[in-house]
Amino acid sequence: MEPSGKIKIQNLNLFIGKQQILKNINAEIPENKITVILGPSGCGKTTLLKTLNRLTDLYENIKISGTVEMGNEDILHTKTDITKIRRKMGLVSQRPYPLPMSIYGNIAYGLKISGHTKKQFLDEKVEYYLKVTHLWEEVKDRLKQPASALSVGQQQRLCLARGLAVDPEIILADEPASALDPVSSMAIEELFTELKSWYTIVVVTHILRQAKRIADHVIFMYLGEVIEQGPAGEFFENPKMEKTKAYIKGAFN
Amino acid sequence: MKYINRHWKDKANSTWMLVCTGIIIVLPFVLIIGLYLKSALLFEKCSFIDLIFSKEWKPWENKFGFAPFIICSLWVSILALLLSAPVCLLTAIYLTHYAKSRVLKIMQPVIDILAGIPSVIYGVWGILVIVPFVAKLGNFFGIHTTGYTILSGALVLSVMIIPFILNVLIEILRTIPEELSEASLSLGATKWETIKYVIIKKAFTGIISAFGLGLSRAFGETIAVLMVVGNVVKIPQGVFDAGYPLPALIANNYGEMLSIPMYDSALMMAALILLVIVILFNTASRMYIYRLEKYR
Ligand SMILES: Nc1ncnc2c1ncn2[C@@H]1O[C@H](COP(=O)(O)OP(=O)(O)OP(=O)(O)O)[C@@H](O)[C@H]1O
Ligand SMILES: [Mg+2]
Repeated sequence: MEPSGKIKIQNLNLFIGKQQILKNINAEIPENKITVILGPSGCGKTTLLKTLNRLTDLYENIKISGTVEMGNEDILHTKTDITKIRRKMGLVSQRPYPLPMSIYGNIAYGLKISGHTKKQFLDEKVEYYLKVTHLWEEVKDRLKQPASALSVGQQQRLCLARGLAVDPEIILADEPASALDPVSSMAIEELFTELKSWYTIVVVTHILRQAKRIADHVIFMYLGEVIEQGPAGEFFENPKMEKTKAYIKGAFN
Repeated sequence: MKYINRHWKDKANSTWMLVCTGIIIVLPFVLIIGLYLKSALLFEKCSFIDLIFSKEWKPWENKFGFAPFIICSLWVSILALLLSAPVCLLTAIYLTHYAKSRVLKIMQPVIDILAGIPSVIYGVWGILVIVPFVAKLGNFFGIHTTGYTILSGALVLSVMIIPFILNVLIEILRTIPEELSEASLSLGATKWETIKYVIIKKAFTGIISAFGLGLSRAFGETIAVLMVVGNVVKIPQGVFDAGYPLPALIANNYGEMLSIPMYDSALMMAALILLVIVILFNTASRMYIYRLEKYR
């Protein structure tokens, strides 16, 4: 079955000041798969990811053209409240940034913001998402403790749980394992593989081996352009473009 | 040879640094002990507690009650902090989170200029602008006043401490990583919610310490305040009363009226009280910060 495109990016150009960061990007992100955005450092992976939930709004002197469609909506030119769109996408950043609150508070935050105040409801959600991210057993006795007391690996899973708690459709992860030790890193990768039945997942990485382990679909970027994209098997076994072949051989990183 | 030379230079330098650090650490203690010795004469006559809580200031009868001065200083500086704290916080948030970075670049030298203006000039401005304004304001409320009041002192002070508090606040807000805002935003929070629930919470201890710093400065500020506050020895009953702050007492009288026995000693005592209160403010805010950091 051909995967249905969850997000369609068309003719996306992005400038910061005079510098063009993203060059005419056309890409599709299939539903319920792990899409890996691959490419050397500085090629615009993070920028592309942030365009998807409009965190690029925070940049100064930014110019964007093109469309990013999700459902029937153009995220870039939507009239809907941007917070609604952001809530549909959980973000996991390069290093975990727990909010300055308790473990419980971190997960309840997004729910409280969107108007849920019933304690029982919050309790249930907190427990549920801590279980989903395999943190429950480790933290159930210290939910009221500050989240910053957790190990980095635990914090990263907490950040994922916090993003899942607002019930997104998509998970955006920017090099989610780069600050983690190998064990925590594997734990995150396994989690993503478990979660893809329910969510569409986009993972940015420049680690080729990691991409091979988790990717269903690959978007390969170089200097702000998408060079090649397609199903993971084909991409790794049978790359079409010269740049891709060179990258997979490890010619540049 | 060269090695030995460098080695000695290194050693000499580090010794110097140690000496300098030592001096800085010892300085407050030397000050306190010096002031204590100078005011010992008064300590022998009356108990410290009596001096602090007594309201009677009649040097010619050897009655030295510091309460009016201490209370007036507290009024002026706490009021000044209450006036400038919200302004500073909102400005700092605006500059770090809403304004273009160019605006912040322009603002920073402006803030530094404000910080560098001599207090006398603030005092003159206070007399020319603030005092008449407060007099009018008093009349509006049906209170007869010359304008030389606690409120005038507080208003002048509140402007004076803005640059100090603002600089620290901007510094603190800038150390908070952008990713924390991004995390909150991507959970569906608005910008304001992010600032209210995440940024301010994260910066809370720093904000408190900035305010503590402002309060200490306000408490010790002398010239500008004494020019507009009226310098009448009494316990103020409201913001439209005149008052006599502690630093003004020392500045106005030191070197004069030494014919009255123990007056000199009383002024030293005033200085000691001033120093101790400022140190107390600082320590209290530091302890508060320490406790918060521990439980965060
Ligand atoms: N806020 C910004 N202002 C100006 N230029 C920026 C900004 N953010 C990123 N850039 C530039 O955009 C380009 C792409 O950056 P981006 O962070 O998207 O790359 P990346 O692929 O995520 O790299 P990495 O693998 O190192 O994280 C870089 O050349 C960077 O210098
Ligand atoms: Mg990046």
